[in-house]
Amino acid sequence: MKYELVIGLETHVELATDSKLFCSCGGHAAADEPNDCVCPACAGMPGMLPVTNKHAIELAVKAGLMLNCKINQYTTFDKKSYYYPDLPSAYQITQWFNPVCVEGTVQVGEREIGIKQIHIEEDAGKLVHDDATNTSLVDYNRTSVPLIEIVSKPDFRSSDEVITYLKKLKAALQFAGISECEEGAMRCDVNISVRPEGSDQLGVRSEIKNMSSFAEIKDAIEFEKVRHVDAIERRTEMLVQETRRWDEVKRRTFPMRNKETAADYRYFPDPNLMPIIIDDSWLAEIKASMPATAEEKGQKYVDMGIATKEAAVLASDAKLCSVFDAVVAMGREPKSVASWILTECMSRMRYLGIETLNIAPEKLSRIIELVDSSEITRAAGKKVLAAVFENNVDVDKYCDEQGFNAKVDEGAVLAAVKAAIAANPAAVADFKGGKEKAFGAIFGACMRELKGNGDPAVIRALLTKELGN
Amino acid sequence: MAKYITEINKNGTIAVDDTILIKDVASTAGSKMLQNFKPLFSAEAVERLTAKGYTISGKTAVGEFGLDLYGETGSEISAAAKLVKEGSVKAALNVDLNGAPRRAAALEGVTFVKPTYGTVSRYGVIAAACSGEQIGVTANSADTAAEVLGVIAGHDAKDGTSLKTEKYEYNTNASVKGMKIGIVKELYDAADQSVKAKIDAAAKAYTKQGAEVAFVVVGNLPEIKTAWTILMSAETTNNLSRFDGVKYGYRTEKYKNIDELYVGSRTEAFGFLTKATIIYGSDVLSKGKYDACYDKALKIRRIAVENLKTILSKYNALLLPAYAKTEYETYPEEEAFEKVYEASLFTAPASITGLPAVVSAGVQLVGDYFCDGKLLSLAKVLEKEEA
Repeated sequence: MKYELVIGLETHVELATDSKLFCSCGGHAAADEPNDCVCPACAGMPGMLPVTNKHAIELAVKAGLMLNCKINQYTTFDKKSYYYPDLPSAYQITQWFNPVCVEGTVQVGEREIGIKQIHIEEDAGKLVHDDATNTSLVDYNRTSVPLIEIVSKPDFRSSDEVITYLKKLKAALQFAGISECEEGAMRCDVNISVRPEGSDQLGVRSEIKNMSSFAEIKDAIEFEKVRHVDAIERRTEMLVQETRRWDEVKRRTFPMRNKETAADYRYFPDPNLMPIIIDDSWLAEIKASMPATAEEKGQKYVDMGIATKEAAVLASDAKLCSVFDAVVAMGREPKSVASWILTECMSRMRYLGIETLNIAPEKLSRIIELVDSSEITRAAGKKVLAAVFENNVDVDKYCDEQGFNAKVDEGAVLAAVKAAIAANPAAVADFKGGKEKAFGAIFGACMRELKGNGDPAVIRALLTKELGN
Repeated sequence: MAKYITEINKNGTIAVDDTILIKDVASTAGSKMLQNFKPLFSAEAVERLTAKGYTISGKTAVGEFGLDLYGETGSEISAAAKLVKEGSVKAALNVDLNGAPRRAAALEGVTFVKPTYGTVSRYGVIAAACSGEQIGVTANSADTAAEVLGVIAGHDAKDGTSLKTEKYEYNTNASVKGMKIGIVKELYDAADQSVKAKIDAAAKAYTKQGAEVAFVVVGNLPEIKTAWTILMSAETTNNLSRFDGVKYGYRTEKYKNIDELYVGSRTEAFGFLTKATIIYGSDVLSKGKYDACYDKALKIRRIAVENLKTILSKYNALLLPAYAKTEYETYPEEEAFEKVYEASLFTAPASITGLPAVVSAGVQLVGDYFCDGKLLSLAKVLEKEEA
């Protein structure tokens, strides 16, 4: 029998706010020392009251607009109770009764994936287990950092669809400035079951908790599929609805202790937080502040004269876009900028094993400016770019130090050409004997003689002329 | 002479109860759980008073987390009212969670105002039931209560439920002539003869001033009492869950793992009434009971608000007992939850709705939102009558 997967995702994303959800502590706590980013409010001290971060609401609404959701203009915060040392007040403020966004859709390939809801909640802290002293330490830096949880409907039918969706979601969230989606800041719970193809019944569901790597998510789904099908076909085990965790070392899922999952969270409306009314004018304001989507952005690049395929690559990555937009805004020619980013920068990134483009737009702009105005050669430009990537050098200073200067007078070029011919008699003889490939060797020698400077076209012309003599 | 649990300044003029935080001064909310807990900041109300030149004299006892009526901490609960009565302080700040300072004021014969919900910041109150508790003022006169309330009331951005008005004026000289005052029939009938006599005396004083006094049936009062107990217990359970022995406060010495640390610390540090409230509050929020208990209590709150607003559109104020008796009744601790529950019949209407309430001359007055000044004017009439 053939089986199909039925998958629903709960995706947690950290919002790109300047401060935490209910206090004024810095929002992005990950980089600080343990407990550097804590105040009496997010440490759950008695006497403190939560005050909602307006920006978090706006970012959540933006996410909803992007995913074609209905925005609940009356939205509330609720308390979810459970005891764990990383949760200082023993309750999490979340949205249980009136989530901010509901009923959205995302196009994944040919299929439409439904979004059940998006709700805002605060993150918990972190426990650090110290084996040396057999103690547990608590770090509250992450406590109360704002998250949104994007809950999909059980509409995915393959791990590929899941990964496509997540990549699209990540790009879109970065694009709109909703989340930086840094390493580990996008976490998924995967609800998964299998059923005979064509059936409209749902199978027994397992939930794999707290995954962040796309590759691991794919492997975990594939593992679960095999486990479920084996259980149904070969009676290898009795499937039960349960929460599981993915073991990255053993490459399989394991059930989590029942105790961690069988809680009664005793949700109730938080009396300290008044219902939030997103009136028409506030909603219009948020809509107006929405940046272009990846598709719109790609189209804009095509309109600027960039090839469709290149435009799509640029538009798929928020960082590439922001560098591209900035450099173009500095007056560089769009096609030239696209080529520098997609060819030269990406080649450096591959060489250095970097995933996100991290270059000051001013520096890239200056390199392109120098090359396009023939101040330096493209070859020299590439060398400067490499030095910027590796040592973040100052462009003009580096060019001076290296003696890069494309504006070499013809006399100097001619001298170099003559020197190269004199130094490579064998290659010259080969060329004259009909081996055209030998031209390259002599041209290379010429370039070395000029230290990469000089206009290649001029050099080529002079060399051809001299060799013809 | 009534004692402080912590004396701060012999020449101070304002006493503050132990659920209100004062920076670096032990603030325990009457609980062993918070013994030696020294907060990092002071309550907004305390900051406003000190900024205006008032000095805090010391901290007065409360029943554990303000839940108590009498029980475990005994008559010390009325320490603030006693200090005010004997003239040791000008006024006292007391958190009104379930009517305890209203009862104390009625029994000691002083004035207490529980202001309209949202007019005084709750920032710096050790929270039990956020949707109803308010800092109020105990004083010897309506004018003094109005003076102190005028200092502490007004918008505070640190409290999300704080109303936007920056400053409130309390006129205690409103004319009583022509006012309509309704005596709450069900509560009058439920009180002891000694309390009825105080209500009768107040009614007589108002009639003499040209007010019209009549009995009024409010309706649903037992339901309001139950609904408030549900909401208060549920919120208190949730707010007290932060006291787990991990971060501050009491920690048991006997534990081998985190569960034993939680259970041991809470079992050893919480008193009987607090535990009973936590059990009750957990139950009404549990799966399967939420709709029948908590959600229904929220509906009763809405009905109570609408009903009382309708009545208060016809009457300028309601006159009712603050407590069934004129003296505290002692009882064994295992009866505490039930006793407090029964006694809140008189105080729950103002607690669940957030309406202002003033106690004076042993009786309680409840008015419409923002009519705190009118209630204090009515209290002033009774003060003059007594004098």
